[in-house]
Amino acid sequence: MKKGLIILAVGVLLLFIIVWNIFLVEKKPVAPVQEKQPERAQVKTEDGKALKVGFVYVSPVGDAGWSYAHNQGRLAVEAMEGVTTSFVESVKEGPDSERVIQNMARKGFDVIFATSFGYMDPMLNVAKKFPKTIFMHCSGYKTAENMGNYFGRMYQARYLSGMVAGAMTKNNTLGYVAAFPIPEVIRGINAFTLGSQSLNPAVEVRVVWTKTWYDPATEKEAAKSLLDIGADVIAQHQDSPGPQEAAQEKGVYSVGYNSDMSAFAPKAHLTAPIWNWGSYYVDIVNQVKNGTWKSMAAWPGMDQGIVALAPFGAMVPADIQKKVLAMKTDLTAGKVKVFTGPIHDQAGNVKIAANASAADKELLGTTWFVKGVIGTTE
Amino acid sequence: MSAEIIILLLAATVQSGTPILYATLGEIVTEKVGILNLGVEGMMMVGALAGFIAALYTGQATLAFLVGGLAGGLLAALHGLVCIGFQGNQVVSGLALTILGTGLADYLGTPFVGQKVTGFSAVPLPLLADIPGLGPVFFNQDPLVYGSYLIVPLLWLFFRNTKWGLRLRSVGEYPEAALAAGVSVHLYRWAGVIGGGFLVGLGGAYLSLAYTHLWTSGMSAGRGWIAVALVIFAFWRPERALIGAYLFGGIMAFQLRLQAMGTHIPSSLLLMLPYGLTVLVLVLSSRKGTRAQSPAALGINIEPAE
Repeated sequence: MKKGLIILAVGVLLLFIIVWNIFLVEKKPVAPVQEKQPERAQVKTEDGKALKVGFVYVSPVGDAGWSYAHNQGRLAVEAMEGVTTSFVESVKEGPDSERVIQNMARKGFDVIFATSFGYMDPMLNVAKKFPKTIFMHCSGYKTAENMGNYFGRMYQARYLSGMVAGAMTKNNTLGYVAAFPIPEVIRGINAFTLGSQSLNPAVEVRVVWTKTWYDPATEKEAAKSLLDIGADVIAQHQDSPGPQEAAQEKGVYSVGYNSDMSAFAPKAHLTAPIWNWGSYYVDIVNQVKNGTWKSMAAWPGMDQGIVALAPFGAMVPADIQKKVLAMKTDLTAGKVKVFTGPIHDQAGNVKIAANASAADKELLGTTWFVKGVIGTTE
Repeated sequence: MSAEIIILLLAATVQSGTPILYATLGEIVTEKVGILNLGVEGMMMVGALAGFIAALYTGQATLAFLVGGLAGGLLAALHGLVCIGFQGNQVVSGLALTILGTGLADYLGTPFVGQKVTGFSAVPLPLLADIPGLGPVFFNQDPLVYGSYLIVPLLWLFFRNTKWGLRLRSVGEYPEAALAAGVSVHLYRWAGVIGGGFLVGLGGAYLSLAYTHLWTSGMSAGRGWIAVALVIFAFWRPERALIGAYLFGGIMAFQLRLQAMGTHIPSSLLLMLPYGLTVLVLVLSSRKGTRAQSPAALGINIEPAE
């Protein structure tokens, strides 16, 4: 009797999960998609129909953060003539994303931007099935005939924000709330550390991994743990303003990320390395319109304005602002490179020799911390 | 580790233990009446969202906290309807409630991501906060933490010494006898389920109103499941729930601080600690004869008396 009941229970549960999944699959891509119908008269392209551009985001757009920054880029594309855009937000990486991307391709989107690392293989699978659609994947490394990948040299802006943090710290201890130990994040921490050391050689950067992209409670707690051991500037890699809040409550400083986070901690927010996707997205969509688009692996930087620094908080002294802006000019002009030797790892081994600069391939595969970082990349 | 860091760690322990404590107490109340509700995670999510929205629109933090509780109670009422009203399977209904609550909060909460509310912040209690050691740990917290200090002894007294408390327990221990004694089994079961859901909802609202002042999908991040496990660890006793919740809060706060101090232990292992501890706690408490401690009629539906 009891056994029968348990089997029945498990059966009902499985059925429920299956039904729920079907419901999710059918419903999810439809519900949050906000088909933007522009009020102005539809301007047609040469072949008589508007170019349809789709975006896939990993988190809700919200008011700040990674997906918000991409959505600002989408709005720039939306403003173009003869283009309509739509987006799907909160798409989980993995199989779910493949269905969403495939759904977009089937609906006749001409260009699809997928903006999270975990969309790479799903997008590649869909790209093979829809050779006429153009796919653009952000932050990965795989390409196909009709699929390009792109990312920005965020480490340049990280370096500048590190200069500000290094100049503002009193304890010579910076705290870094880090997401996942992958090259992108590690590179950011290294650049931030090098930047802070350029103005304050005594500085050390302490790293706490949360293994989250957006979890305000955990990320705030991680920032508090860094504040407790004496850090007085908090930097972060996640989307949530939790760490900013922690810094403001403690009365110390913070460096945001992705987009200007000063609204969440006006007294603490020094600056933030931010994304500016607009001009890049407009450029790509124009290439598609003109038929000049070719598959590529693009890694544009400050020179193309894709990464930038948010406005300084009022607490940053003018002379520091001046130094940072001078460095910004040099980085933009390509006169200076962030990862120029001699650069040592944590154990003191020379990783990049004096006067040499790290090649892109090395940068894309960074798995070690520079000297001055306290923490482990495991 | 200096004394100062230990005090800060313990203060963080109390704060990160508080949402788990509310949720565990809620689940204890629910299980005391013989209803197993595995939907704690879902109720916490909905509580966190409802509290956040209420705070955003009214600006009244206390009201928002209660709204969070009400939302938890409302979702629990659905469980009551399935299990008490229709005599459905409690395990299945509870799991469904988790999925429903998580999905519902995710769907309804999307427009609120990235917004900020005022909520609660730390209010040091006069005199008590000056006690060396204890003061900064226990009495320099937000008002909701002080609320949880009160709820634990109140629940303990309620179950031991009040008529209603004993009746609540009786319908979870021996419903036939309770029925024979003239206790309305269904009424008390409903009260336990909704009251428990209310406390769980408060735990969720704590996350979005005091712990942080933000909302996101997946806010409770597994805390609801830890609460379900802690009920067994606590042997269905509020005072032991306090110890259990702080044990988990401590581990969560400790692993981050260990990283900040520069350990060489891989972060993956440290982040696993709270969940590893959950398994350990379940194994250890089952050895000590949990059966004898659990409400005897837990998970058993009672046919309505004609």
